[in-house]
Amino acid sequence: MKAKVFVSLKSGVLDPQGKAIQHSVELLGYSGISDVRQGKYFEITLDGTVDNTVARSSVEKIAREVLSNPIIEDYRVEIEA
Amino acid sequence: MKFGVIVFPGSNCDHDAYHVISKHVGQPVDFIWHRDTDLSSYDAVIIPGGFSYGDYLRAGALARFSPVMASVKKFADKGGFVLGICNGFQILCEAGLLPGALIRNRDLHFICEHIYVRTETTDSPFTNELKQGTVLRLPIAHAEGNFVCDDVTLAELQNENRIVFRYCDANGNITPEANPNGARDNIAGICSRGRNVLGLMPHPERACEDLLGSSDGRDIFRSLAATLAAAVV
Repeated sequence: MKAKVFVSLKSGVLDPQGKAIQHSVELLGYSGISDVRQGKYFEITLDGTVDNTVARSSVEKIAREVLSNPIIEDYRVEIEA
Repeated sequence: MKFGVIVFPGSNCDHDAYHVISKHVGQPVDFIWHRDTDLSSYDAVIIPGGFSYGDYLRAGALARFSPVMASVKKFADKGGFVLGICNGFQILCEAGLLPGALIRNRDLHFICEHIYVRTETTDSPFTNELKQGTVLRLPIAHAEGNFVCDDVTLAELQNENRIVFRYCDANGNITPEANPNGARDNIAGICSRGRNVLGLMPHPERACEDLLGSSDGRDIFRSLAATLAAAVV
């Protein structure tokens, strides 16, 4: 079982890295891009000894308490069977 | 009075802080390894600059789980003096001892230069020997020094007079041009509600000797020493 955690900057929080990436992409000639936001992605492999509900709540807690900083970031958890 | 300098894996301004306390403040000081938890013999604790845990995840994010940090929180709750410099400020924010967060500099660069900050309040154990409005010339060296917080937090910091230092020009004017990293409201340093915890991005410990380009940082340590001397008596 694998948990995927996506951490992204809250809207409104400046993302200078995203801006720099957007600029580079535009230099390559790609048009029609209005914004690029950079985030983080984590894969957490679970050993299967706890059931899905417990696993989800643990991963949610890990995402909230460790992987993201709630002042500046949001997170989303996906559990893959 | 006794000082402690906390050492995380990746701290690199710990010796500078130790040097300033022993040489310029002239008081006993210990290094405290991040796995230690007994702070009972200290009056003030410094969380130094550097790259604790290699800045993995976010600057300061992993250091806050080191065993010593639970003790630092208790120490601060009981009124102990805590000074977080640069990475130390980032750690204090991550640990929730100070509000807000420090994100990537506006212009992405790692900035290593001398800047000016204005003393916004003398009502703190770290600035009570300074005059209101005093401009200090201090070095900064960081990639994540852009202080952010929500509107409610900013209003609280302003209303409670907890913004201790703001980036300014050489004449003390708070301008966008004098803001090196994009920090909200030009904030360079803030204190806790109890005023005993200060976090700041500039490095006063690297500005205590004329040979290093500035000795303005001494005033901060002088203030803290004076506070402690008064408290001990």
